[in-house]
Amino acid sequence: MRGALRSDVVVIGAGSAGLTAAIRLAQAGAQVTVIAKGSGSTQLAPGWIDVAGYMPGERAPLASPRRGIERLVARWPDHPYALLGVQAVKDTLAWLLATVAAGPLAGYTYSGGLDANMRLVTALGGLRPSACAPVTFTAGEAAGLRRVAIVGVPALRDFHPRLCADNLLAAGIEASAHSVALDLGRADASALALARALDDTRARRAFAASLAAVVGASDAVGLPAILGLHEAPAVHSELQERLGRPVFEIPTLPPSVPGLRLYEILRHALRAAGGRLVLGASVVSHERSGERVTRVDTATAGSPSGYEAEQYVLASGGFHSGALELDSHWQAREAVLGLPLAGLPREGAPRFVADYFDEQPFSRVGVAVHADLRAVGAANVFVAGASLPGAVPWREASGEGIALASGYRVAELVAAEVGATPAPQSSGAAAPAEGVGA
Amino acid sequence: MSELAELAALRGTLDHCVKCTICESACPVAAATPLFPGPKYAGPQAERYRVAGQPSVDLSVDYCSGCGICSQVCPQGVKIAELNAQARHAMKVQRGVPLRDRIITRPELLGRLGTPVAEIANRALGSRALRAAGERLLGVHRDAPAPRFAGRRFSAWAGAHQSPVGRRRVVYFHGCGTEYYEPWEGERVVAVLEHNGVEVVVPKQGCCGLPLQSSGLFDDARHSVLALARALEPHLADPATVIVGNATSCTLMLKREAREILGLEQDPVLARVAERTYDICELLLELHQAGELKTDLRPLRETVAYHAPCQQQGHGIGKPALDLLALIPGLKVRELDARCCGIAGTYGLKAEKYEIAMAVGADLFAQARDSRAATVACDSETCRWQITHGSGLPSSHPIDYLYRSYGLDEV
Repeated sequence: MRGALRSDVVVIGAGSAGLTAAIRLAQAGAQVTVIAKGSGSTQLAPGWIDVAGYMPGERAPLASPRRGIERLVARWPDHPYALLGVQAVKDTLAWLLATVAAGPLAGYTYSGGLDANMRLVTALGGLRPSACAPVTFTAGEAAGLRRVAIVGVPALRDFHPRLCADNLLAAGIEASAHSVALDLGRADASALALARALDDTRARRAFAASLAAVVGASDAVGLPAILGLHEAPAVHSELQERLGRPVFEIPTLPPSVPGLRLYEILRHALRAAGGRLVLGASVVSHERSGERVTRVDTATAGSPSGYEAEQYVLASGGFHSGALELDSHWQAREAVLGLPLAGLPREGAPRFVADYFDEQPFSRVGVAVHADLRAVGAANVFVAGASLPGAVPWREASGEGIALASGYRVAELVAAEVGATPAPQSSGAAAPAEGVGA
Repeated sequence: MSELAELAALRGTLDHCVKCTICESACPVAAATPLFPGPKYAGPQAERYRVAGQPSVDLSVDYCSGCGICSQVCPQGVKIAELNAQARHAMKVQRGVPLRDRIITRPELLGRLGTPVAEIANRALGSRALRAAGERLLGVHRDAPAPRFAGRRFSAWAGAHQSPVGRRRVVYFHGCGTEYYEPWEGERVVAVLEHNGVEVVVPKQGCCGLPLQSSGLFDDARHSVLALARALEPHLADPATVIVGNATSCTLMLKREAREILGLEQDPVLARVAERTYDICELLLELHQAGELKTDLRPLRETVAYHAPCQQQGHGIGKPALDLLALIPGLKVRELDARCCGIAGTYGLKAEKYEIAMAVGADLFAQARDSRAATVACDSETCRWQITHGSGLPSSHPIDYLYRSYGLDEV
């Protein structure tokens, strides 16, 4: 076994929960190392920030995310929001808006908050209740849509403008479907390849001209989220200018361009604050002294190498990331540090229910925590994100809110333990970068 | 486990692919050329159609540079780059290996031939006419960065050098780049280690076989790496002794790639060598953490840009060079944030891939120039040559800055 790299804090997981905790801690002056099996799922997500969109079992979306948090907590007292509170979520969103605004994508901003959910157009023509969204999305707010042109690109085979437009029509929005070629010399192209193409000034001018020919008398234009990776604000504003009407992005299947933008902004903020990020490093073992974790070892080339820290943040995700496992004997376990779980179904209770999208008996399983987000049985391990028990994010539309706010809150708690002081959210934006490039 | 079972174990990681496309998003080659559809298409997806004994169905995997970024970013642990290396090998077995690939993948042979006639060889490599002929006849791009033969061998210096007995002992794996092209790098590695009380043993050694492996010549690669392991391993009798190298892609080959990609997990000698091999910056940082690295460092009043090459990132140890450079007073370090320089060992030398390699590296070259740094530090020699070729900036190994800051250049 190799020696160990020492830090004040080791964060396990590079999703939005882990990165938020790490950025905040690094900005507070702690020496932070993020270790992760691979890139987190931020870059697979649509890029908007769901906080509380639905009460499970109710058809109508929640009008106010603040009220949604309160209702989720009242109905499920073990919900992660019960440990976080409305104020932490509010502070987190303010911090996120400031971090994005100060990030490497000049002009790319998020807006929104806890007062009212936006209802944003999905690829299926649904309307997603979401608390915050990037500037490239907000013209798709359903309340403002009258006559909307939904335009697809044939090379992007997983986006069907007709399907999207028909479902919007069913929801009472006058929508038409169109198609405009964006030729990359291949039969099919990913959203990312198309976004990279539109980063080029000439390509987007040509695209704008083709769009102008089809969008007719619409008063807004919805496109799959391909409006540039590094140049998104310029692509978006140029299209709006040339078409003379609002343009909005609609999330695609992965690769998700807005998700990638957010991931890059968070990664940049971590780097700017002096945090380390080590990918391809999955935890294979750890050492303890009593209730404290003293070292974790990762599977690195040759033989494992170690990371020692005073405090650890576990933000490794749930079943989908492999951080929680369920074996064929129905035994669930936390695969990273072997911590006790909460939210398990009763012995003998059914293990599955018939409806795939319904709440499943294992949906709420997560790492057991005390009220201060400390893991049960490990005094210096704090838990954030999808590792927490008690939520069913895909039914509640709450995943990003829980991930970001728990990462934010954990950073405050860990900072107190290591004697660092996180900046108040108003000045919590990324420090100027010492590095170069976006 | 048989060799077949090992290959099957690697293939078994495919079951974990959830088609999330994170590898596609990170792949620097797919971003630069439509000829490579991306690691997921060429790997987990195409792998379903690859059947032993059947012809390769997808030739685009030849355009994978083998940088390994896909495997690093995969959140599910799929060995994408390793699987694609095996697919490339299977394709080469079926379709034949160009003469060019049989030549440029043998740095040891080239070094032995070029060293005694270095002046003539360097002039030939610098001749436009000869390089144009080399491109037509062999397919080595006329503009691709070619290192200059040093005209002397590091091992000759090492043979005449007596390392003082120290608190620790390391076995130095210098690699072919140091042996034939940059012997001074090896001398600096030895000087920095000895300055810190480490005794350095330099066994007679050959190539690790990485260039052969990345061109799909697996049998020759196995022969090379096993011979190297057997040259190094006898010096590991003392359990505290480790192997250290400054060619980061070659230390990665010893640590992991040869075992995984060439199916050599069961070789006990290679296993012992892998477990005890360190990258030079990894070892120095470990010494620093143990309080054993001297900090009698003099200020260097300059700005350096640092690029962590893909193969260094493949170690999974972060960027220890940054922590070491941060110890040097006065030195301003600009971390570059582009993924790959494009060269990927011998990939960017090949005529049909040169333009792709330059497009892959374009972002890095621009960042290096914009950084206003005087030099670029990088842990891999082929990447340094490419960075200098692409950016016009001189490039050296991070160890050089420690060497100068210790004042060892004036000893």
